[in-house]
Amino acid sequence: MEVKYRDKKIETIDRGALKALQLKRLRETVRYALKTPFYKSRLKKSGIKSAADIRKLDDLNRIPFTTKDDLRECYPTGLLAVPMKDVIRLHTSSGTTGIPTVIYHTRGDIDVWTELLARSIVATGAGKEDIFQNMMSYGMFTGGLGLHYGAERVGMTVIPMGGGNTKRQVQLMKDFGTTVMHITPSYALHIYSKLEECGVSLKDLKLKKAYLGAEPYSENTRKKIESLYHIDAYNSYGLSEMNGPGVAFECVYKTGMHCWEDTYIIEVIDPKTCEPLPDEKEGELVLTNLTRRATPLLRYRTRDIACIYRGPCRCGRTHRRISRITGRTDDMLIVNGVNVYPSQIEAVIMRIPEVGTNYQIYLEKEGTLDKLVVKVEIYSKLFSGEISQIEALKSRIKDELRASIVINPVVELHEPGSLPVFEGKAKRVVDARAKL
Amino acid sequence: MKLIQISIFLENKKGRLLEVCSLLGENKINLRALTVAESDNFGVLRLVVDKPQEATTILKAKGFVANLTEIVAVEVPDKPGGLAEVLRILSKHNINVEYMYGFLERASTRALLVFRFDNPDTAIEVLKANKIRVVGQKDMRAL
Repeated sequence: MEVKYRDKKIETIDRGALKALQLKRLRETVRYALKTPFYKSRLKKSGIKSAADIRKLDDLNRIPFTTKDDLRECYPTGLLAVPMKDVIRLHTSSGTTGIPTVIYHTRGDIDVWTELLARSIVATGAGKEDIFQNMMSYGMFTGGLGLHYGAERVGMTVIPMGGGNTKRQVQLMKDFGTTVMHITPSYALHIYSKLEECGVSLKDLKLKKAYLGAEPYSENTRKKIESLYHIDAYNSYGLSEMNGPGVAFECVYKTGMHCWEDTYIIEVIDPKTCEPLPDEKEGELVLTNLTRRATPLLRYRTRDIACIYRGPCRCGRTHRRISRITGRTDDMLIVNGVNVYPSQIEAVIMRIPEVGTNYQIYLEKEGTLDKLVVKVEIYSKLFSGEISQIEALKSRIKDELRASIVINPVVELHEPGSLPVFEGKAKRVVDARAKL
Repeated sequence: MKLIQISIFLENKKGRLLEVCSLLGENKINLRALTVAESDNFGVLRLVVDKPQEATTILKAKGFVANLTEIVAVEVPDKPGGLAEVLRILSKHNINVEYMYGFLERASTRALLVFRFDNPDTAIEVLKANKIRVVGQKDMRAL
């Protein structure tokens, strides 16, 4: 198999040299972190007053973990390490409690991120001769913009279509001979099922590769997508707190995702005890961004469950590989690639007086796509007797949910007492989608 | 002259309508008129019964979501154009019909229809002035 590198020197760097580079970059990151009110006080408590206090890589262990709650508490500027005039972009994400989080980027930060994606794209064997159709959402969601700039840097022909609108997606794929698509696995399956309806057959397409990300999927799903389209599908990992996609990406051998360790320090911990776990053992991924200046994040707990693979990869890259993400340590749901917390749904339901307090979130597959059903009980005292009232109530819940969680739920109204009642901890989420 | 209709919110669930009807039957409450307005996973059942207050108390005690609405029962000549004639009178007086449905039995040569008006009092006045019979709660018991 032909192995292509974007930057062979850094991608095949000797592990010793890589660690030295990590130490140097960690110190620099700590120096920037100390400029933020949050880390200034947090690191001081751990006896780290200046970057010089980081003498060896193991000193990383002296740094406390950073969590999503910390990011929320720091919103909007508690983790900003540079003057705002040096920030060229920011990405926010809505949080579980309605308090958003924000990540700032300097021009240099965007440049590093873009380079990592260019590196990832080349690692899959793609290049400037490829036509790249980006079917991930643009905007605050980092998946779309991240790959977009990486693909442009490689010199691919980028079609910035964004998500949805299947008919047009297929038309573009056919008209421009798209060779690489960036897509969620569920959408890839959906598009395939609609090809015939769109009057397009596989031989009208020139597709060679798919970059699959934004939602967890099984190896079987990958194989299915590969055999349906006759393509290679590559797994992609990232999270907005660590820029977005480009944290880890598969090479042509497709045996786990290389985590770009010149930019990220990767640790796997037991989410309960916080003790480090050995290679091959699944736990929570903890990531330190080594290059970001505007928003330094040290030992960030991703809540994603995965493991680090032991042993080198046949491609020659020395950056270690991680497994696909197999779960979450929190209750975050991923619905068609969009992150949703049950508490966001609850917050919406609780502020609508016409519904009761009992509700259920039901997830199922409709074809290949996820369907989110929110079941709520109506509050008897406010029932007017008119069907128009019920319809208006449904639309209102739907609109408010869409505004909060960005996806379109199906709202079902039920009679009081008809949804399961729980004593103690309620199980309000029923996920009827197939397990990985 | 207004009658009381019971509106019940019902999930589209097997046997739910049966439960309502048996409950009323067990309590010797007689159905006079009924219609179901349905949507995807629920419906609103509208009932006219001989003892509306009692029926509502019983239904609510069993956990049904029920509410009372004022409606008007109108006798319409049971002949072609009978309903059109009534509607023409209402339209002339700008009275809006939100919905309507028929009674389960007929009173002799006249059909009995249930109307929900936006303004029932004006509607009754107009109908009476035009010699159209409006059926009261008392008349209904005698049906």
